[in-house]
Amino acid sequence: MHVIIIGAGEVGSSIAESLADAHEVVVVDIDGERVDALTYSHDVLAIEGDGTSLDTLQEAGVEKADMIIASTDDDETNLVACGTAKTVDDPFTIARVKNVDYLETWQHAENQNAFGVDFMVCTNLLTAEDIVRVIGLPAAQDVDLFAGGTVQMAEFEVGAESPVADQTVMEADRFDSLTFAAIIRNGDVEIPSGETVIRADDRAVVIGSPESVQGFAREIAPNQTPSGNEDLVIIGGSDIGYHIARLLEERGLHPRLIEQDPDRARQLAEELPDTVVMQNDPTDAEFLAREHVDEADAVVAALESDERNLLVSVLAKQLGVRRTVAVVESGEYVDVFETVGIDVGVNPREVTAEEITRFTRELHTENVALIENDKAEVLEVEVDDDSILVGRPISEAVADLPEGVVVGAITRDGQFVVPRGDTSVESGDHVVVFVGRDALQAVSEKL
Amino acid sequence: MNLRVDWRASCSLVGTVVKWLAVAMFFPLALAVFYGDGVTTFVASMALAVGVGWSLERLDDDPDLGAREGFLMVALTWLAVSIIGATPYVIAGQGTIAQPVNALFESMSGFTTTGATVMKNIGFEDHSRALMMWRQQTQWLGGMGIVVLAVAILPELSVGGAQLMEAEAPGPGITKLTPRIAETARALWKAYLGITALEMALLYGLHLVGLAPEMTLYQSVAHGFTTMATGGFSPAARSIEYFSAAVQWLIIPFMVAAGTNFALFWHALNGEAEVFGKDTEFRFYAGVLATFSGLAAILLFTGAGMAETPTIGPLSGNLEKAVRHAMFQVVSLVTTTGYASMDFNTWSSSAQFVLFVTLFVGGSAGSTGGAIKIVRWLVILKSLKRELFTTIHPEAVRPVRLGGRSLDERAVRGIYAFTLLYLVIFFVAAMLVYFDAARVGLDLIALDAMSATAATLGNIGPGFGIVGPMNNYIPFPSTTKLFMVFLMWIGRLEILPVLVLLTPAYWRS
Repeated sequence: MHVIIIGAGEVGSSIAESLADAHEVVVVDIDGERVDALTYSHDVLAIEGDGTSLDTLQEAGVEKADMIIASTDDDETNLVACGTAKTVDDPFTIARVKNVDYLETWQHAENQNAFGVDFMVCTNLLTAEDIVRVIGLPAAQDVDLFAGGTVQMAEFEVGAESPVADQTVMEADRFDSLTFAAIIRNGDVEIPSGETVIRADDRAVVIGSPESVQGFAREIAPNQTPSGNEDLVIIGGSDIGYHIARLLEERGLHPRLIEQDPDRARQLAEELPDTVVMQNDPTDAEFLAREHVDEADAVVAALESDERNLLVSVLAKQLGVRRTVAVVESGEYVDVFETVGIDVGVNPREVTAEEITRFTRELHTENVALIENDKAEVLEVEVDDDSILVGRPISEAVADLPEGVVVGAITRDGQFVVPRGDTSVESGDHVVVFVGRDALQAVSEKL
Repeated sequence: MNLRVDWRASCSLVGTVVKWLAVAMFFPLALAVFYGDGVTTFVASMALAVGVGWSLERLDDDPDLGAREGFLMVALTWLAVSIIGATPYVIAGQGTIAQPVNALFESMSGFTTTGATVMKNIGFEDHSRALMMWRQQTQWLGGMGIVVLAVAILPELSVGGAQLMEAEAPGPGITKLTPRIAETARALWKAYLGITALEMALLYGLHLVGLAPEMTLYQSVAHGFTTMATGGFSPAARSIEYFSAAVQWLIIPFMVAAGTNFALFWHALNGEAEVFGKDTEFRFYAGVLATFSGLAAILLFTGAGMAETPTIGPLSGNLEKAVRHAMFQVVSLVTTTGYASMDFNTWSSSAQFVLFVTLFVGGSAGSTGGAIKIVRWLVILKSLKRELFTTIHPEAVRPVRLGGRSLDERAVRGIYAFTLLYLVIFFVAAMLVYFDAARVGLDLIALDAMSATAATLGNIGPGFGIVGPMNNYIPFPSTTKLFMVFLMWIGRLEILPVLVLLTPAYWRS
């Protein structure tokens, strides 16, 4: 596939990196330095120029392009770039936007082709959705849904006090419809067997039905997994903060939101009928104590600046909040956040890149999640008759696949099927597999 | 002093409205011709209206209406129309209302849909049928609003129309139903006209099927005029008590409709009947009516609500009667109609107190009802609830929500200010009424003075005691009557548009 990526920022670079192996990638950016950097770091063609200009796009080979991904930080640039590409030929266009209004307009258009965009990804909304998913499963670091929500993948950190620490996988796995996909130890992805011992500070990736994942969460972190009436506090009424509150309201929850700017607070209060909006400096510890923020089940820091997010998250931790989630705009800070004890750092750009990468692979796979900075992926595949999985027990089929592949879950007509060694996959089933990066190419072809 | 208000422009437009009032007199004139009584009265009144209107119009050939002129025009229109509307009573020279102060009282009471009367003998023995119908018709004209009607039909008012309607329309704010204000005014009047016609037809229908022997065609038209205007005048001396139970039951839903925001009817006619269920104000309104009716019905049914046996016979133990009369009185007073299906002076003080409270409730915004208005109470209750919450959480930001919309804080403050002002004016006015009556030796009890004040300020009509539903306002001295004319006037225009005229700042820059 010939793919043109417009914008070589974090999102564009990350997508370029994941597509470079299998596709012909051209990256366009207006910043010469970034173009240079990209030329040396990845096996892609980098062009300096304005992605909204027809000349630049032609230089990038828009005539033979199969896909255009507009991923700059500027919504309007992305939309115009897609529209411009459509005047030349009919490549598949993907645009990244921050403003939800554009997404709504795009969804409103009958053929979903408004602005000449074929697929639109909204950064702020995606980030909010991601955070809401993480809050829904408080002990998890990362949660993804597959097969329309029937299958859940979650990544948990195993604390020293966790009951499953120092147990073998076989002992820990007391759930019928749950598969241990991987253990991440010191940044290495390990495919566990029944005898593998789970140690403190490991991270466990599990795939299973939402109930079993929820059950496992309770097992692994009993006092971090409340059910029902969660008391959630969102700090910062940014666009992301607003969407988090809105999505929580949709789930029937009544979150609290703290916003310092009186006008913005008023505006949020008007738009969020089920949220208690409070106007105050979120770093005012006395105020936080008075409002019993320390008793919250989770605090989400969604302020506009990373530094302030770090500050309020640390403050919340110090007050005794059980779980803190922070929006981290700069990808390189995510580790810093998690090092100082913030439970989850969510980087909007990473979320966006993930979503776009996932979508570009949709030709064959339905859905994908990236694990540990692309060291492994969780794929959802609808299998057809050509797949090596069809018509034979999984234990047999897996033998023909490279090492490092785990069949995590199967859904048949929307129903969850527990994958065991003797389970037979049928044509039309959705299979969720965990694949190490090295095996990815080979596995995609055979499934 | 250099006046910054173009009073000539305002007066000129008042003239236009007054001139058109002559057209409204064609209906009583036709009746006068039909019944052969009072033709000259109306011909003379029409000539006077045209003459006065025409001369006022001369003041400014091309009136340009600004915000300040709008207030003046609306306030003066109601005063001028009431004065001109009083001339038939004076010219006809029949009964107590021939006396000029009484005539003005009756006319203002009509146009403001108050329904307080100074007519001693209500009926056709002392007054011509044409004159009685004019009295009914003034209420209908005033109900939806003279100015709204003027905006609907006079092209010269189309530009400042929204503001004029704002100054006149009951309740805070107007809902623009269509992009053009004249069309909105027309839509409101069409809904008003339609429901009035329906009520007239149904009332006469009851007569035709034999359920309402007294409800003749004349009476049907007369009561249609005054129900939908929440007016309360009736050509029958004993108000609705004179008519059958079927008539009373039929009038109740029409009074409820009259106290409803007319914009809802407009939406319902456009196929969105669900607006009634969704509208917060309407639901609160229905709840208030049900609560007060239920309370009164229980008192009447158990007998605790009666002080003496009324002319219609005992109510206790008779469920249909207790419910009907409780509902009728409560709905009539909440919507500020002022009809009575029985003399509630015979009720015990506990039951009368329930009715006294209802004098301050009022109809919905955008209805023809007066008093403080349901929507204001709703906003006050909601903001008090908010106050309790913010006492515990001082940093919480909580807009007051009405339906899906959140209200501007200025609007909330405005509602508090209005309600407080209304109550202050009520207490001061009640005191003045009490003193003025004492000055001429009229022995009032506090409840009488208070109810008479509330009934005129709220454009309701009947009160308790000497101004009870089967009595009248004649005993008051002329000074009190003129003061009450003022109360009805400011009550109809919701106080502020008139009071602002009395401030020096209004007249200077």
